Amino acid sequence: MKKLSAMVLATALTTPLAAAAADSDDPIIIPIHNWSSQIVMSNVVGQMYEEMGLNVEFVTTDSQAVYESVRLGDVALELEVWEGAFGHSFREALSKGGLHDAGDHDAVTREDWWYPMWTKDACPGLPDWQALNDCAEIFATAESGGKGRYLDGPVDWLKHGKERVEALGMNFVVVNAGSAAALWAEIGAAEPNKRPVVVFNWTPNFAEAVWPGEFVEFPAWEDGCDSDPSKGPNPDALYDCGNPATGYLKKAAWDGMADKWPSAYCVLTKLSFTNPQIAEMAKLVDTDELEPEEAADEWLAANRGVVDPWISACT
Amino acid sequence: MSDSTRVDAMRQGAEAASIGATRTRTIVLTLIGAAILLAVLKPWIPSVLVRLPDDAILPWADWLDAGFSWLQNDIGLIHVTRTISGWLGFLTDAAANILYGKARWPRLEALPWSVVAACSAVLGFWLGGWRLALLAGGTFVWTALMGQWRWAMETLSVIAVAVPFGFCIGLLLGMCAWKSRRFEEALRPVLLVLQTLPFYSYLLPAVIFFKVGPTAASVATIVYSMPPMILMTIVGLRKVPPDVVEAGRMSGCTRWQMLRYVFLPSARSEILVGLNQVIMLALAMVVLTAFIGMPGLGAKLLAMMNSFKLGRSFEIGVTIVLLAVTLDRLSKAWVVKQPEHFERGTPWWQRHLFLLLGIATFMLFYLLSQFLPILDEIGRRQSLSRGSEIDTLIKGFLGISWVKAITDFIRWFFNIWVLIPTELALLFLPTFTVILAMTGIGYLLGGWFPALVAFLFFSAVAQLGWWDRAMLTLHSTLTAVFLAMLFGMPLAIWAAQRERASRWMIFACDTAQTFPSFIYLLPAIMLFGITPITVILAILIYTMVPVVRYTVEGLRGVPREITEAADMAGATRWQKLWKVEFPLAMPTIAVGLNQAFIFAFFMVIIAAFIGTRDLGQEMQRTLAGTDLGKNFTLGFSVVFMALSLDIAINSWARKRREILGQ
Repeated sequence: MKKLSAMVLATALTTPLAAAAADSDDPIIIPIHNWSSQIVMSNVVGQMYEEMGLNVEFVTTDSQAVYESVRLGDVALELEVWEGAFGHSFREALSKGGLHDAGDHDAVTREDWWYPMWTKDACPGLPDWQALNDCAEIFATAESGGKGRYLDGPVDWLKHGKERVEALGMNFVVVNAGSAAALWAEIGAAEPNKRPVVVFNWTPNFAEAVWPGEFVEFPAWEDGCDSDPSKGPNPDALYDCGNPATGYLKKAAWDGMADKWPSAYCVLTKLSFTNPQIAEMAKLVDTDELEPEEAADEWLAANRGVVDPWISACT
Repeated sequence: MSDSTRVDAMRQGAEAASIGATRTRTIVLTLIGAAILLAVLKPWIPSVLVRLPDDAILPWADWLDAGFSWLQNDIGLIHVTRTISGWLGFLTDAAANILYGKARWPRLEALPWSVVAACSAVLGFWLGGWRLALLAGGTFVWTALMGQWRWAMETLSVIAVAVPFGFCIGLLLGMCAWKSRRFEEALRPVLLVLQTLPFYSYLLPAVIFFKVGPTAASVATIVYSMPPMILMTIVGLRKVPPDVVEAGRMSGCTRWQMLRYVFLPSARSEILVGLNQVIMLALAMVVLTAFIGMPGLGAKLLAMMNSFKLGRSFEIGVTIVLLAVTLDRLSKAWVVKQPEHFERGTPWWQRHLFLLLGIATFMLFYLLSQFLPILDEIGRRQSLSRGSEIDTLIKGFLGISWVKAITDFIRWFFNIWVLIPTELALLFLPTFTVILAMTGIGYLLGGWFPALVAFLFFSAVAQLGWWDRAMLTLHSTLTAVFLAMLFGMPLAIWAAQRERASRWMIFACDTAQTFPSFIYLLPAIMLFGITPITVILAILIYTMVPVVRYTVEGLRGVPREITEAADMAGATRWQKLWKVEFPLAMPTIAVGLNQAFIFAFFMVIIAAFIGTRDLGQEMQRTLAGTDLGKNFTLGFSVVFMALSLDIAINSWARKRREILGQ
């Protein structure tokens, strides 16, 4: 095993000449956003490209506006397209043209109503959504007028929490947080005195390691739940199901990438990370306090067997 | 004889003024009365006056979209802007190479941190002695010790390009405006719009036209930091005394020589104050521009916040403030420092002592850092960052039960008894009531022109189709400014009486202005939840700055003779304050109030990060799906409201100045 990876590494080190002949010398611009797993993953892929003798540069951008930049070719790719949070921006950019879908990761994503474990002590029937609805009043705040308060994700993530509360007749009011950081602040504030909270959350995410918790189980997702009222328990309403428990995590590429950097593009289509791998990347930064570059070094060193086949398949 | 005519004239003036006052009162009362009547009769008035029906709202967003696509694709503006961004990119890359060794032209090695720190200490010493040397050197030592060197240099590489551009373009536009009245008249509204257009509206055009990354970040920084430079240049050039101009003419200067040797040197102080403002605003934008590719401290700060690392984001905030204060003090010292004159025959080395000292320091530390790697670079593991300890400290404090009890009470009281009822009241009011009331206020403050502007602009807000959200934005803004006056005024009045206290107060203002607002958003949420009071508090910190600063400056600017005269007339302290100092300081305070409104409109949109339901939230939504047209209709709703308040307050201040003969 070790021998094999050493061999692959040797080929990787000798190939730059061959690769450089085909791939452009211009730096491949990789966008990074403001959550750890994406930053580390981008660094991992960047270092793989550098091993292949390519030039790489990183640029920090907004995670919604980035699709416009991929479309224009200002950045070459995007490594984490979450179905729930960015699916809308991605599809919008897709329809304008200029970028395309470069395949899925093995990882599946789930985004839904979530609570930290201590909430279960106050409402033992969880994770069932009807049980949640029965103890709505323990989630009440000074402003919610006796109803429970559910803290939804930012509006630009288009989560439809309000519609679901109406469709399922729940005794909750929905307040939108303005940012991921605002969600963490709310959970962090509830932690010292174990106040029950129910908020929007997703996996894979660093928060799982900091605050153990569970997703609320809503009526299972059926295709068309967001477009056909007859789907789901309420025959007259949309959004009366939970979110898909297995959302995609895609990669996106600029249309010009395949011609400009063929081998880099090939690696992009081959590579795919799993949930535990992504969680590990986030953990190296979020709990072990490494810098993203160091975290990428460490992760690559520990996972040569995973990445080397992708590189060797393309060079 | 002449005295009695003067008294007559004054009496006539007073009569005219009192007639004017009665007329103003009638008009204002009529307008406000009509507004109240409409609100009372709400169930019976035609629904058009309550809310503009949807089919009366024109498709502004679609038209704007078409306009943008025409600009971008049909006339090819994007090629022009992309060429410009290519040049800018070259400059930021070169700066990045020098500061942290990015692999670009001129391909030098990164400067060791100790060299930068030592050289800035020498610069500080030359400009302002030991204290400044300590500040400038200390800032960079702190940055390196905290393990933030690389990020700080990434940030500075963009600032180093944006600030000279902001300065030069601002100076140039300021000179054109000073030369041509018409140009100035055309420029002023554009500047006002640029200043009041919400940050979210800059985001998408900057990314599309100038390429995401340092270039878009530097363009946004330049645009945002330039207006005060233009205004200060105009002020400075206007103030050049006629005898100086005359002297220049008599010595036969050409037009270019006049500008170079007469006008610009005479306006030096104002121009450099403008430069100082450019620097401060550029640093205030460090975190926001991270959304469009500004590398370094801001981007790190956002990443830290999203993984809930309060301590380390706090440390980054301190670095940004230190950098801002250092650059500010250095540039101010440069303003004060007059050119040195040496006697004829002073040797070269004596005239350039500090330059030589700087070069020697550079060499010394460069050599030292070759042998002592710690002087070259401090790694993350060697750094003294205490992020997780600060985290524990903050969380511990927030967990204390009496803190919780106090904040819970504030939250309950303000939300339930103040903010939510006033918010509902404002939403209840018919659209036309608000328009009439705003027109009335405009008339009261500045006469028919601001009234007309308020009428047209608030009607435009109604026409743009986001009335309810606009009212929520207006509500937060008004409340925050009101609270800022309530808390800020007494503080400023107290400080203005005392030399030391006023200096500290101004320092606190500088800090609050540059300390990235994002950092206190998180503790604010932890204390007060995601509720209206948190939004108000976040805006409040920002809006109190201009209120305090201008009140302190206004009160301290009252001429000594006048306060002495009041003392001699036997006025008590309160009488002196209320009857003498306050009226005289009022125009300056009004400028502060106006600034407070502009800051509040700026921050209320940023507060969308906490979670609001106003225009800011809707603008955030437009970022997904890159909805430029809708984004700009929302942005201009803010611009119109901010502008009508701005125009009203400014014309009031101008009238006061005329009355006071200032």
